[in-house]
Amino acid sequence: MQFLKVTSPHTSKQGQAGNVMLSVIYATIPGIIALTYFFGVGVLINLILASLFGLGFEALILYMRQRDITFYLKDYSALVTAFLLGLALPAYTPWWLIAVGMFFSIVIAKQLYGGLGFNPFNPAMIGYVVLLISFPLEMSSWITPAPLNGGELPSLSAALGKVFLGHELIMEGALLDGYTSATPLELMRQNDGQLVNQLYSDNPLFSQALFAGVGWEWVNIAFLAGGIYLMYKRVFTWHAPISMLAALGILAAVFYDGGSSSSLGSPLFHWLTGATMFGAFFIITDPVSSAVSNRGRIVFGALIGVLIFVIRSFSNYPDGVAFAVLLLNFAAPFIDYYTKPRTYGHKSKSKSKG
Amino acid sequence: MSQVKEITHNGLWKNNPALVQLLGLCPLLAVTGSIVNALGLGLATMLVLIGSNIAVSLIRNAVSDAVRLPAFVMIIAAFTTCTELLMQAFTYELYQILGIFIPLIVTNCAILGRADAFASKNRVLPSALDGFMMGLGFMWVLLAIGAIRELIGAGTLFDNMHLLFGESAKNWTLNVFGENYKGFLVAVLPPGAFLVAGLLIAIKNLFDARAKRLRDAQKSETKKGAKRVRTTGQIA
Repeated sequence: MQFLKVTSPHTSKQGQAGNVMLSVIYATIPGIIALTYFFGVGVLINLILASLFGLGFEALILYMRQRDITFYLKDYSALVTAFLLGLALPAYTPWWLIAVGMFFSIVIAKQLYGGLGFNPFNPAMIGYVVLLISFPLEMSSWITPAPLNGGELPSLSAALGKVFLGHELIMEGALLDGYTSATPLELMRQNDGQLVNQLYSDNPLFSQALFAGVGWEWVNIAFLAGGIYLMYKRVFTWHAPISMLAALGILAAVFYDGGSSSSLGSPLFHWLTGATMFGAFFIITDPVSSAVSNRGRIVFGALIGVLIFVIRSFSNYPDGVAFAVLLLNFAAPFIDYYTKPRTYGHKSKSKSKG
Repeated sequence: MSQVKEITHNGLWKNNPALVQLLGLCPLLAVTGSIVNALGLGLATMLVLIGSNIAVSLIRNAVSDAVRLPAFVMIIAAFTTCTELLMQAFTYELYQILGIFIPLIVTNCAILGRADAFASKNRVLPSALDGFMMGLGFMWVLLAIGAIRELIGAGTLFDNMHLLFGESAKNWTLNVFGENYKGFLVAVLPPGAFLVAGLLIAIKNLFDARAKRLRDAQKSETKKGAKRVRTTGQIA
């Protein structure tokens, strides 16, 4: 009788880089739908342009490095980077901004270091930060979410005119105070003198919302849903995202100050505004640039949560996710060094002493 | 003659203080935001380097090994102070822009390095030439980085040159990308300096590797009859 000659590993399919990357892309779909619903076709234009530039730069560099182009493009890592940067940029970003961002993401942050698996920093966040410190004006102009604009969104032709020709974005029936408006985070930071309750009732961005800012809350909930799908698919473990959200929530609760005028926002507000959920489930879970062990990931996530809160509350930048992630990417090898898991068969340090 | 050639080649390319020895990176990265800054600091460094090399070479037999480094530092500090006063007198605005980086020339390891490695072992004239060539080598790298960063960061070349060359230089500014160029702030900020310096080093290594390959290829070409071949037995 013959036995099947199959050796370990016995799992199939899973673990291929391409499959993991594809499921990340699928998981962004709820977020894409939410963003498109509130901010219009600009989001989709961002994604398409970022993908084109990303794949183009990746193929170009692979050609220059004399690597197998189709093999490396098929791991979809460039596409994931493009999607992450495309989602992080404000809708209706000029095309050249996306090109510069993707150049820094793919060419400088990823391929110059040796390609997928060798990049010490999260490529999408490098691109984002380069753009943020170089072009602060373009990078902080989010249009007013559709419900506050009478459900009005820019038409496709207006959007294309803005992206490619730099025309002003004009919408029929748009409110008089321009098409861009402050994000909830900016409103909260600039608030000095109003109680949180007053701020919430005075400002339509809060008063028409369920939890924390029209549009933004649903975008964050959608990314949360995508993140839960990824955890269910075991693309990453719960450690980093949960500890990041916990750290952010605890700090927010401490500094909430009972909703006084110097309050820095409630935990719910911090969880559901800005790029919190996007960062927690799609950025800090990057297996290459994060800490490796489970214990290390808890430390890694918690420190990112602390930094996000600090940067959001006390700096001049609109959100802190990108800076926090990059700083902790620096620290990831250091965290790994101090959180080595016990090897099976060896005693832990404290036990061996006693 | 061959020594002159060797010193020149060392300073400008083979042993370039900025690209190979990686000395004096602090001013290299900090003040190369524009061509005029780079040129100002490059000239100041070159002046100090020539002066200190000559002085160190002159006293090389009078100073014992034990106290040579403090003596060299004193000499460099004296020349730096002279340069600083000169700049204060003639290019006051540039002096204010460069600020702390002019006194910091004292701590530029390239200068102390040349004093110890070359000037303290050689006669005056070669030492002066070495100072000049090392200074020139440092300056061209400063200028290259400054030009690239100014071009990408602000879209101009030779902006503000009147700080160094007087009023007639005011219209030297070139708007390479036109008036509407928005500027790319990263290039002017410190990360841009690191990126550009790293790329320059990579390009230099690329040239060297290519030159080496060419040389090797020439060497391995054996001429007919250059090698003795054992011819025992029959050759088909």
